[in-house]
Amino acid sequence: MTFFQAENLAINFGGIRAVDNVSFAVDKGEVFTIIGPNGAGKTTIFNLVSRIYQPTAGRLLFEDRDITATPPHRIAELGIARTFQNIELFEHATLLQNLLLARHVHRKTGFFSELMFLPSVRRMEIEHREAVEKVIDFLDLQQYRDALVVNLPYGVRKIAELARALSTDPRLLLLDEPSSGLNVEETDEMAFWIEDIKNLLGISVLMVEHDMKLVTAVSDRVLALNYGRPLATGTPQEVQSHPEVIRAYLGA
Amino acid sequence: MRFLFKTAYEQDIRLFRDGTTAAWYGVLAVIVLALPVLMSRYYIGEITWVFIYGICGVSLMVLVGYTGLVSLGHAAFLGIGAYAHAFFLQHGVPWVASVALAVLITTACGIIVGLPALRMTGIYLAIATLAFAVIIQEVFTRWEAVTGGFAGMAVDKPVIFGLHFDSEASFYYLCAAILALTLVLTQNLLRSSTGRAWVAIRDSEIAAQSMGVHLPLYKSMAFAYSAAVMGLAGALFAHKIAYLAPDIFSILFSIQLLLLVIVGGLGSLHGAVFGAIFVALLPPTIAILRDAIPAAMANFASATGIGVIGTIGRGIGEFLKKPGVEAGIFGLILVLVILVEPAGIYGRWVKLKLFFSTFPMYKRDSFKRQKNYMRSERLR
Repeated sequence: MTFFQAENLAINFGGIRAVDNVSFAVDKGEVFTIIGPNGAGKTTIFNLVSRIYQPTAGRLLFEDRDITATPPHRIAELGIARTFQNIELFEHATLLQNLLLARHVHRKTGFFSELMFLPSVRRMEIEHREAVEKVIDFLDLQQYRDALVVNLPYGVRKIAELARALSTDPRLLLLDEPSSGLNVEETDEMAFWIEDIKNLLGISVLMVEHDMKLVTAVSDRVLALNYGRPLATGTPQEVQSHPEVIRAYLGA
Repeated sequence: MRFLFKTAYEQDIRLFRDGTTAAWYGVLAVIVLALPVLMSRYYIGEITWVFIYGICGVSLMVLVGYTGLVSLGHAAFLGIGAYAHAFFLQHGVPWVASVALAVLITTACGIIVGLPALRMTGIYLAIATLAFAVIIQEVFTRWEAVTGGFAGMAVDKPVIFGLHFDSEASFYYLCAAILALTLVLTQNLLRSSTGRAWVAIRDSEIAAQSMGVHLPLYKSMAFAYSAAVMGLAGALFAHKIAYLAPDIFSILFSIQLLLLVIVGGLGSLHGAVFGAIFVALLPPTIAILRDAIPAAMANFASATGIGVIGTIGRGIGEFLKKPGVEAGIFGLILVLVILVEPAGIYGRWVKLKLFFSTFPMYKRDSFKRQKNYMRSERLR
């Protein structure tokens, strides 16, 4: 059984082929990283996987299910959660509310029972809260629980977004540049979190990342892209020493 | 300073934060109940407006303050609710059923108007709802069989299960009870997953969608709920105003409703009520001042012998009597609020509470927002 697979994925924006015939597979329990110079199509692949863009060609398979035509709001329900390159938290809500929103896919109450706040809603809310508290404990966010996201420092927001994605109980986690905007210590810390997510929670990670130190530290396999085309796939070391990759980065 | 020690998750989903807060709301309830005994009929009538505007405020707050969809046409929903209720009452439908039907009709209209909202945001949505309001006002004028056109439509006092609400005080209690009910129901929604989904749509549609929120569904729900509450307000409005005419439900009235939630403070139910107090009580306040100021200044002038003060006082009185002054003051206050306190009256209230609870350690910078980081716009 394939866990996650992209087959011959392609998308055109007008005359530009942003992603061109890219295929890769993520195995259960691995960290798979996509690297490449700016404009290589990394985030575009993410937006294809989270179904914000419609691919021009190709297929997406998740747990043997074809998700190429799944609407974007159903993706989280299937077990795929994502973070954003430029942090898309709900800023005028508390961290706790942000995480509770991530439990949206697990709600079992309807509009009218919520209107009356029936005991079933109360029980559901407590259940959501327990699930969210586990994530808060896991990522050490206790002290920020009731803070408005607007007031949180950038580094905490990055972790908060990770926490929000984890709160959906995903099986595949998409991380769009988890280290962007973080300093060296925070990046090291992020590497630990990613390892813990893989080893302790057993969640597979698909990641886009520029920081090669972080990539080598956590990735099991790496895919290098340039101009939307795959250059090489393999372990971080293999890809880094691949002549095509070196040419793409150094322009030799 | 009070410190709340939490021992159960239950504490975070309560209607009232703790016993003290609940006690304060109890005090407020007692005051609201006691007012008709203490005040004259005129003032009770004016405070009834606060309750009706409060329901309107809740309606618009859900849409604008929580879901982030701006509507410039909410007076139309109020009008639909009012006319529908009046129409059904005229045809002998019992009060409760008539209100329910009026609410159903406005909800349906809300869903229909909400459909373009699924594709539009910001100013474009505002224009679309504005167009809707213009159309509806025209319908009120032309559909004489139902609305009576320019001749208007008289609305009787409410009779609920044989109880006559014909005195100023009894209608006051009815409106207060319905406002309280609306506030509780809305708060229930806001503290469960529907409310969180709305807030998520307001703050980041793309993230909300990735977290599993079905955007069209929840936007329609916000429109429908907002319209339903507006319809409810419309039914009370019809009784209060006693005589419906199409020109009441104008664009200016829609703007006034929007002003209500902005001045009150976007994103809080308190704000809806504060805004209602402001909008409902400003006109009577101006009316009182335009007689009180010249009188007081004339007294002062005769006591001190400085005649010019009396002249200035008469000038102020004359100025306040001029048509359009009220609208001008509304506009001025709106501009000042946006410049000085974007969080509205509720924002001021929060600061005031923090000032007293942390006195003398209050820091102004507690409310200083740090710079906003760039957000990805390219997916919009």
